[in-house]
Amino acid sequence: MKKSFISRRAFKTLALNLVVWVFALAWMLPFIGLVAVSIQPYREVVVKGWVRVPDLSSLTLNNYIEALRNPLYDLATGYRNSVIVAFLSSLIPVVAAALTAYAFANLDFRLKALLFATILFIMMVPQQLTVVPLFLLYRNLGLYDTFQGIILLHSAWGIAWVTFFLRNYFRFIPRSLVEAARVDGASEITIFYKIILPLSIPALIASFIMQFTWVWNDLFYALVFLASRDKQVITQKVVMLKGEFHIDWGLLTAGSIISMSTPLILYVVFNKYFMRGVAAWGVKR
Amino acid sequence: MRLAKHLRPLVFLAPPFTLIAVFVIYPILATFYYSFYDKNTGLLSLNNYKEVLLSSNPLNMIIARSFSHTPPWGALVHNLVWVALHVPIVTFLGLIIAYLLKYHVRGSTIIKAILFLGIVIPPAVGGLIIRFMFEADIGIVPILFSYVGVESLSKTWTLYPQTALLALILGSVWLWLGFSVTVFAAAMETIPRSHIEAAKVFGASTWQIFYRIVAPQLKPAITVVVVMTLLWDLKIFDIVYASTGGGPGGSTTVLALVMYNYFARALDYYKSAAVAVILTLVVIPFIVLIIRRERG
Repeated sequence: MKKSFISRRAFKTLALNLVVWVFALAWMLPFIGLVAVSIQPYREVVVKGWVRVPDLSSLTLNNYIEALRNPLYDLATGYRNSVIVAFLSSLIPVVAAALTAYAFANLDFRLKALLFATILFIMMVPQQLTVVPLFLLYRNLGLYDTFQGIILLHSAWGIAWVTFFLRNYFRFIPRSLVEAARVDGASEITIFYKIILPLSIPALIASFIMQFTWVWNDLFYALVFLASRDKQVITQKVVMLKGEFHIDWGLLTAGSIISMSTPLILYVVFNKYFMRGVAAWGVKR
Repeated sequence: MRLAKHLRPLVFLAPPFTLIAVFVIYPILATFYYSFYDKNTGLLSLNNYKEVLLSSNPLNMIIARSFSHTPPWGALVHNLVWVALHVPIVTFLGLIIAYLLKYHVRGSTIIKAILFLGIVIPPAVGGLIIRFMFEADIGIVPILFSYVGVESLSKTWTLYPQTALLALILGSVWLWLGFSVTVFAAAMETIPRSHIEAAKVFGASTWQIFYRIVAPQLKPAITVVVVMTLLWDLKIFDIVYASTGGGPGGSTTVLALVMYNYFARALDYYKSAAVAVILTLVVIPFIVLIIRRERG
């Protein structure tokens, strides 16, 4: 009697595991299809479909080479531009926001609550709300269609959430450390530089990686502020792979994989940081 | 020399807030100003708003004047339909999966990592993949429907007004589910396992444990998922721009796309500013909600 009860329970668990795993693999199918289509000549996919084991003899990297090298598509330039823009647009706000976050975590000043609310507001306000005046301003200042222009914008925008992120981290550093250093006569800059920063390396890396991914993934600001072919970033270039009437899915899938490769690699390497960053939203602080 | 005490914070705050003031605060205020600027008279008026809200051009329409069974219904309505379908699906599915992963399924870390991929990739590429998923003959969804013999759903979904919006919304579930699963899974970590074990000893079923013990403790997490998903839906741009560009016939336009159409196609910056303000007014109540929670 008891034995059959246990085995029924085991059977239920097994079935549940199976269902969830099938669901997860089904969730992967679009990615699998993307890879499958990208490594075959598109003609072959049209005739035979991709839901099969591909012929080893027809596997090719031509779609990738075409997308990267053909001057019509030129993802290679887009890739280079994205690296430049995303790197600098992450470095600047992480450095700047570390300062702001220190002030919010350890100093008292007037308008603190208001400034913090401003930070939170900027984190969530639509990007669309800033572009018209900046576009007109940039055109007058010669910042339109330059890396400097979009990097400054991304940096200012990034300071907001990185401040929020780092301030939450700094608050977990025992205040007694800061107080003790103050008693010893250390200046705030010294405390920041010698005590807080070395203890916060993981948070600094996490915010840099997440800001880098965010800037890399951005399309809207790039569309508005970068126009010429040699300035466009990879998200702009990959969207243009989709022709007006005819879609070459070989080319488009290869381009998609190229442009998401960088965030994917960062995600695989820094997995913990990503998950924690998002998970933090659900846990009460 | 030591800085005066009240000047000290300035060392930390001045450089970042200068950047923010020039590149975020000023343009936000100026956008409000421009949205009232009438380029014909040079005066401030509500004309931009009037014209934008009353436009019946399918590419720029915000609210349709009459509603038929199929889109276009106007960008704002599309956003709201998006919210009405996407938010409940993502919330319920996320809750159930996070619960199963925590207590009943092996290899949950890998499954969570798979689901999270949708958050990591560029949303523009997400839009292209959605297009790919719903493309006749090579997309997984039409292939499935042609396999079971439903002809009407085995074509390219994004080419028909009847199915295009639905395809994008379902695709956005695929992209965004990892967010809710991750948030819920993290929140469930904080529920002591002993509570669950105790309930099991007393003979509670899986469903009872979920409904009576887990769900009530997740209220703050549920609020976050609902509001963040809602904000994501209302601000959505890249996915639509990359997959359909608002077509066919304006049946998948959203507010952010209409703003961009005025800006880049019509080169009408003042109307574009007006749409940006309308979009902001729609999202502001939810932003305030989140700010209250974070400060409280």
